[in-house]
Amino acid sequence: MTRTLTSATSGTPGRRGLHPGAWWLWAGCLAGAASRTTNPILLLLIASVAIYVVAARRTSAPWSRSIVVFIRLGVVVIVLRVALVVIFGNRLPGHVLCTLPHVPLPRWAAGVSIGGPVTAEALLTAVIQGLRLAVVLICFGAVNSLASPYRLLRCLPAVLYEAGVAITVSLAFAPELVIAIGDVRDARRLRGRPIRGFAGLRGMAVPVLESAFDRSLQLASSMDSRGYGRRVTVSRGSRRWAGAGTALGLLLVIGGIYGVLVAGSLPGGGIPFVAVGAVLVGAGLAAGGRRTERTRYRPDPWRAPEWLVSASGVVVVGSMVAAGLFGAVGIEFAIYPLGMPTLPALATVGILVGLLPAWVAPVEQRSPRAGQIEPVRVPRDAATDGSDGRGSPPSASKAPGGRVA
Amino acid sequence: MIRFTDVSFAYDGAARPTLEHVDLAVGEGELCVVVGPTGSGKTTLLRAVNGLVPHFTGGRLSGEVSVDGRSTRDYPPRELADVVGMVGQNPAASFVTDVVEDELAYTMENLGLDPAIMRRRVEDTLDLLGLHELRDRPLGTLSGGQQQRVAIGAVLTASPRVLVLDEPTSALDPAAAEEVLASLTRLVHDLGLTVLLAEHRLERVLPFADSVVLVPGLGSALVVGPAAEVMTVSPVAPPLVDLGRLAGWDPLPLTVRDARRQAGPLRLRLEGAQPQAAPRVAIGRRLASLAKVSVRYGEVVALDCVDLELHAGEIVAIMGRNGSGKSTLLSQLAGVRPSHSGIVEVGGSDPVSLKPKDLVARVGLVPQDAGVLLYGESVGEECISADHDAGLAPGTTAAVLERILPGLPADRHPRDLSEGQRLALALAIVLAPAPPLLLLDEPTRGLDYPGKARLVRILAELAADGHGVVMATHDVELVAQVATRAVVLAEGTVVGDGVARDVVCHSPVFAPQVAKVLAPDLWLTVTEVRAALDEEPVGG
Repeated sequence: MTRTLTSATSGTPGRRGLHPGAWWLWAGCLAGAASRTTNPILLLLIASVAIYVVAARRTSAPWSRSIVVFIRLGVVVIVLRVALVVIFGNRLPGHVLCTLPHVPLPRWAAGVSIGGPVTAEALLTAVIQGLRLAVVLICFGAVNSLASPYRLLRCLPAVLYEAGVAITVSLAFAPELVIAIGDVRDARRLRGRPIRGFAGLRGMAVPVLESAFDRSLQLASSMDSRGYGRRVTVSRGSRRWAGAGTALGLLLVIGGIYGVLVAGSLPGGGIPFVAVGAVLVGAGLAAGGRRTERTRYRPDPWRAPEWLVSASGVVVVGSMVAAGLFGAVGIEFAIYPLGMPTLPALATVGILVGLLPAWVAPVEQRSPRAGQIEPVRVPRDAATDGSDGRGSPPSASKAPGGRVA
Repeated sequence: MIRFTDVSFAYDGAARPTLEHVDLAVGEGELCVVVGPTGSGKTTLLRAVNGLVPHFTGGRLSGEVSVDGRSTRDYPPRELADVVGMVGQNPAASFVTDVVEDELAYTMENLGLDPAIMRRRVEDTLDLLGLHELRDRPLGTLSGGQQQRVAIGAVLTASPRVLVLDEPTSALDPAAAEEVLASLTRLVHDLGLTVLLAEHRLERVLPFADSVVLVPGLGSALVVGPAAEVMTVSPVAPPLVDLGRLAGWDPLPLTVRDARRQAGPLRLRLEGAQPQAAPRVAIGRRLASLAKVSVRYGEVVALDCVDLELHAGEIVAIMGRNGSGKSTLLSQLAGVRPSHSGIVEVGGSDPVSLKPKDLVARVGLVPQDAGVLLYGESVGEECISADHDAGLAPGTTAAVLERILPGLPADRHPRDLSEGQRLALALAIVLAPAPPLLLLDEPTRGLDYPGKARLVRILAELAADGHGVVMATHDVELVAQVATRAVVLAEGTVVGDGVARDVVCHSPVFAPQVAKVLAPDLWLTVTEVRAALDEEPVGG
């Protein structure tokens, strides 16, 4: 009927990028695979896959640079881990690289040692353990770069909506904090105060937190005056049942994931737990969300690309789990005797499948950024059929007292 | 539509109530402007409409506020979201999502509207407010004016019956402000929307107002009535009304068009007279210069090959659209950000490389929100720490403050100061080390007319003392009153640079009200006209 009604129900495919859930699934699988191996080559391969996909599919949005922060964090983790091992060390026998002066500790501190011989084996173990954590962090950074956290929040089921205020405010808190730090740094420079060192840090903490809290409060008041959390019509009893079911299901899923990550801790690798938990969560959400008033604007569709991206993630973690179960050589990196790690074929190919999103995920198309400001446009005649009975903002031809051209 | 019945309100722990026995009724389809000095309780009055006061802020409210028959006693703000759209002072802080389109849909999602209706209303609102090009942009990358339009759009999509706006145009350039106000008027006329808005820049909103609520503050009774009537008694008035009072026009004109139709006799009287130029200050030595300076933020070019020289004794107004690079220009001069190419020089050296203590002795910048400079516990503490930071004799800053704004209690917390008092304190801190160059970013935001008059006086004194002043501003009336030179920026380049009078009078966007009324003669302010009339021989 009109231009705007023809595409009313859903967006054109691919225009808004991939469903954030698919990205989270894919990245979660990558992180899961990373936590099941100690082979440094496989770990580096997983990190490269994650970084490559981000490089290929990230947008120009501000959050798309967050992977850099996570890579830096990963490096810090590795350095910290190595430093701790060198100083407090687990004293693995092997090739001694150097010997630090030993600090004798009193008897009650038995089990802790400071200084002593540092072996190549101990160092390598520390690097690999640090690397594993770093790769998990990079996977998390990748998904933060690819999907905005707010869009994931939009997919949050209605029954969990009470938690939404807390989540939204805390999501906004980190960027607000960064903005506040920038403002306060500038202000301190303008007042001729130190911005570096301890004095700078101490003077900045209070105003930064103050202004970030202020903004969080304003956000909460804005959510309130914009109708957040109104009219939840679900009866109290059914909401309680739904909540309990969801919580139990989530516990099972978390337990199951633990089983998947730590081989041999749960029967069946923890997969039955995940399955039962998922069913419970689904049922709880369906029951709880049935009668809330909230609707969703242009819900992200789940189509072929989403299936492919999630499947590629499942293949990555699946091949790693399978290789572990079949006892493939090279999943666990042996440090005795010290040597080059071998490359298990199944796991390697599996990880490379994780590159699939770099081609199948749709590119988010943003409108061209023509400078920071476009001239204000004269409104066009928009469709105004008023079928909703309340009228929508129409655009009349010319307002009284219109501006001088 | 909006009804206040004997409403009194006091914040917790406050010595005196903010509102006392307020009775107010705003009818359907009315555009009502709330005016009053800073700190008189305008914001409190607005926030009481949808119940944020007292549901969110705490405090004690007596009497009754009702909107469309619903009392805020029974309905919390979220239950009024379909009736009242509330746009706060700082739009950026009210954004819940991260992309323009999602932000527009947020309220409708909460109201549970049908997806097809939501889609159509978002498209309509995008067109209505000229946001079409921005639909996929992350909110953080928008300029102030764009953010303001998105914030208005975000409440409009829910098609509320009442729209409440707190200083909707104070962050906007003149053209964008007029565009926003025109959109509001259109909504009032076509949809019967009731609009209640508070604004300090009356010259912008009065032409659109049906009625005016004057909040005198200090517990005095409100004055409510048609705009022209209230303006005859209002202590705060735009230049147009001042001109009308001076010329004895009746009824008082509220639009430039009305004023021009009555201005014939006045123009005859002014024939032959010349605006008495401000006492010419000799342009002194060069204080700072930019040579081919470019700055980029990501892909966005904020400044593009800008050349500029600034001298002692000048008051330079930097004008231009939102996002045209004004603030960036100031931050370059203040050494807050490095440039990508070109040479910035302040007092003979690159400001970025200066140590903080040396920097403040050469250039001082008062940022847009003067409050960010203040984080002490009291006014006195701020003054002492400012002396300490700049290595000055104790008491210097306090003395400067006493000259700018006498009688500010030293034990007051900076947060409890009014906007004007905060600006004065920030100005004192920045001026204490006596920097030759003073930079001001949007100094009149949130400032009432007395506060503005005081600022004008201070700036004129500083220039007479040989300071160079640079101010980035949208406030054309401020420029008309005090600037000696105007620089117009567009898309990061200098497109106009010259004597302020010539630049503003020949621009349809930047011309002040008096210039518009008395065009083609180059009169800028009511003060000039008054001086010319006083000189006129009686009966001549």
